[in-house]
Amino acid sequence: MPSPSAQRPPLVGLFATCLVDTMRPSVGFAAATLIEAAGCEVDVPRQTCCGQPAFNSGDRATTRALAEQTIAAFETFDYVVVPSGSCAGMIKAHYPELFVGEPDWMPRVERFCAKVFELMSFLVDVRGMTSVAAAYEGTVTYHDSCSGLRELGVKGQPRKLLASVEGLELAEMADSDVCCGFGGTFCVKYPDVSGAIVEKKAVNILASGADTLVAGDLGCLMNMAGKLQRMGKTVAVRHVAEVLAGQGGEPAIGVARKAGS
Amino acid sequence: MSVQITSPRFKDNAKQALADAPLQAALAKVGPGFIGRRAAARDLLPEFDALRDSARDIKNHTLAHLDLYLERFEEKVTAAGGHVHFAVDAAEARDIVTRICRDLGAKTVTKGKSMVSEEIGLNDHLAANGIEPVETDLGEYLIQIRGEAPSHIIAPAIHLNKEQVEADFRRVHTHLPPERNLTEPTALLAEARGELRAKFLAADVGITGANFLVAETGTSIIVTNEGNGDLTQTLPKAHIVLASLEKLVPTLEDVSQLLRVLARSATGQEMSVYTTFSTGPRRPEDLDGPGEYHVVILDNGRSGMLAGQLREMLRCIRCGACMNHCPVYHAVGGHAYGWVYPGPMGAVLTPSIIGIEKGANLPNASTFCGRCEEVCPVRIPLPKLMRHWREKEFERHLTPAPVRYGLGVWSFVARRGWLYRPATDLAMRLLALAGKAKGRFTSLPLAGGWTKVRDFPAPEGGTFQAQWQARKAARRTGRVS
Amino acid sequence: MSSRETVLGSVRRALGVSGQEAPRRQEVADRIAGHPRGIVPARADLPAAGQIALFKQMVVAAAGSVDHLPDAASVPAAVAAYLRGRNLPLSILRGQDPRLADLPWSREPTLDVWVGPSDGRQLAGLSHAFAGIAESGTLVMVSGPDNPSTLNLLPDHHLIVVRAEEITGNYEAVWDRLRATYGAGLLPRTVNWITGPSRSADIEQTLLLGAHGPRSLHVLLVGAL
Repeated sequence: MPSPSAQRPPLVGLFATCLVDTMRPSVGFAAATLIEAAGCEVDVPRQTCCGQPAFNSGDRATTRALAEQTIAAFETFDYVVVPSGSCAGMIKAHYPELFVGEPDWMPRVERFCAKVFELMSFLVDVRGMTSVAAAYEGTVTYHDSCSGLRELGVKGQPRKLLASVEGLELAEMADSDVCCGFGGTFCVKYPDVSGAIVEKKAVNILASGADTLVAGDLGCLMNMAGKLQRMGKTVAVRHVAEVLAGQGGEPAIGVARKAGS
Repeated sequence: MSVQITSPRFKDNAKQALADAPLQAALAKVGPGFIGRRAAARDLLPEFDALRDSARDIKNHTLAHLDLYLERFEEKVTAAGGHVHFAVDAAEARDIVTRICRDLGAKTVTKGKSMVSEEIGLNDHLAANGIEPVETDLGEYLIQIRGEAPSHIIAPAIHLNKEQVEADFRRVHTHLPPERNLTEPTALLAEARGELRAKFLAADVGITGANFLVAETGTSIIVTNEGNGDLTQTLPKAHIVLASLEKLVPTLEDVSQLLRVLARSATGQEMSVYTTFSTGPRRPEDLDGPGEYHVVILDNGRSGMLAGQLREMLRCIRCGACMNHCPVYHAVGGHAYGWVYPGPMGAVLTPSIIGIEKGANLPNASTFCGRCEEVCPVRIPLPKLMRHWREKEFERHLTPAPVRYGLGVWSFVARRGWLYRPATDLAMRLLALAGKAKGRFTSLPLAGGWTKVRDFPAPEGGTFQAQWQARKAARRTGRVS
Repeated sequence: MSSRETVLGSVRRALGVSGQEAPRRQEVADRIAGHPRGIVPARADLPAAGQIALFKQMVVAAAGSVDHLPDAASVPAAVAAYLRGRNLPLSILRGQDPRLADLPWSREPTLDVWVGPSDGRQLAGLSHAFAGIAESGTLVMVSGPDNPSTLNLLPDHHLIVVRAEEITGNYEAVWDRLRATYGAGLLPRTVNWITGPSRSADIEQTLLLGAHGPRSLHVLLVGAL
């Protein structure tokens, strides 16, 4: 959706998230491609972590420090876009809790949170994007990551864009809205329980007949990819942004790059 | 039955539950059954979500005025010829009930399903005092004869299959012909009905819980499908109601709002079969009903919850929807939680009663997927309250060392951008190099919790931020990235 | 200090109140006196005929059965037909309710009609409801010598007479009628809402009828046919 020519395009600060930053930079580039395709300029200011691991471990002081750091780094942008429902939900739904009763902070935090969006929601709900110019040969199943779904209402947007990908067939799995068992630190604190939950998810993924699994959160994707690979399955696992940005040819999560490529 | 606490051993309990094939088969039915029925009931009532708001508001109002509603309730019960007893803790509640039973010379008591009775460990106490407690809810009866605790707050025997029930009936009902056929659930139900009918008629005292207490009229309410609670409270000489203090609601209209969301959230029924409003003992002209009516109101730590965030937990109406929708409960069942209240509601309530020291595992053993909050009929923010307990745990330095240490290192680095960027970039380059051949790791130092059950993908190499800066610099100097 | 004072004191400390605050006391008194209705589902906002149709539909949805009769005088024959149809002994136990006592029982000379509470030995009981609720197909029973509570619970078959004019849309209408009958803030010993026959799903979540209460619930709806 191009902006009126009289105005400059909106400037989007891309909050990559720790996992994308460290584990899978290609998701960050895919997100940037999509944001640009939606008529925006993108930049990536210096950033670390939104604070969610600390928040969910009960460490309010660290959470607060990271929240202040994130707000300071991003508040000059027109929008802040996050390729993760979980980190976007942390900021949008939970940052205000950290500043309750602080009138010198609260308006600033609320102004900030109002311009933070999960990537799919930004593209479709804010920028009105209805299709992408990408092709992907395969049957894809989509997992609804919990925070994006329940805190931010991300459900129809990724499916709408996936439906526009040339050659892509969408096959819904059973219980696509049920947790994959990642849960941040939960997955390492309670590996047996987490393993049992992701095993059920893997069974549903396989039963869908899809050759590719996509979702909007790298944590969930790493969990599901790791389980499918431990089970010896070859379902390709990718962030939804990669497929939408036409990066479907890159190696999937947990798959080695072919020698020489 | 017993209130032995095994919550500190949650991990071992969970591991055992995951390896228990019959349990896993039973748990596989929890989700599809309860979830589908609740969704169907919700879809049939356009006002359902508005009623959830109304239910939340009623409970909030009541809790904010709880002292006054308790006084009003007591006054109305007394006026109707009943007695109200306040119990500060479990021991006092047990003693009050035992004393009432003794004063009546009671030998056997029948019991309707009561989670408060489980919480205070009433059955063991009664038995130790020579009074035989007989659970009459079919599920409670099954676990009583097995010497187990309930594994679900509305379906206490949901962990059992019919073969186990048959074996238990043959073991306990030895006066019945051994050749009888018990393969069908209908035969099992008929046998339980026959056994318990005699107990109902013989009992001296009937003890029930209460789903609600109505201040307006001094009424206690039980909601059942079997009719066991009604028989329990109607036939014996005395009816004792065991209720925790947050069961109060102001008026009959208020309770009607709550009843409209209770059964739908619990079993997907429009209304449970029996919703019974009891006010005082039998009246002079009555031909049946209990001669005495006692209400024991238990605090057991709840009044303290009114002071902070945990007040929201006291809205709970015990429908079980949170556990019915919980991926962790589906995986491990109710016993793994190690005390009376399982699932998300138990993860918040249990530490309030047994202490965070013993209950710390429960609020941690959640993925925070948010489904519990999404279905809660009184809109309790369960993940937020579990997080509240994690904060208490952290503040009191109870967080397990590996978690605390790992988090500490991460926090130290994440709070220092100048350190974060080069440190992560270097670490990812090294890790990528190590994982280059396979693209993933099947084991990884310090990540045993991850690689125990799944592979860990190798990073692509270098961080996004470093690559972005490089691309920007290249673009600035006119080169195409 | 008594436990009562300890508990109430602890509640008040947590709430930060003394219990003497006039506005709080007023708010509680107003709520009880005003008993606001909240959200009442529109489902039963129907003319009388519509409410009766919805009531019948909901009773059946709750696994009960309904016999819609033209008048009260048809009840004895309907009771006898119900018992015959199920090969039950032609015997029924009822309370003292004049609305039941005054029925033309003599028209069914082979039907034994007993009066009193149940001791568990009777297969069929007959009660007169205080109301029927269209919203959920619920029968409202009030205790007393007219309709002893044991009749609702012990016989295998529970037959309930309810008159068409006693069918209301929702629960709130019943509370209004009960307050008009018994006085504000007062209820009979037991008000029993019954929605279908007794059931349990405690064995492998298989729903079975007839757990501890009646296996069958049969409504004899009188009038407005």
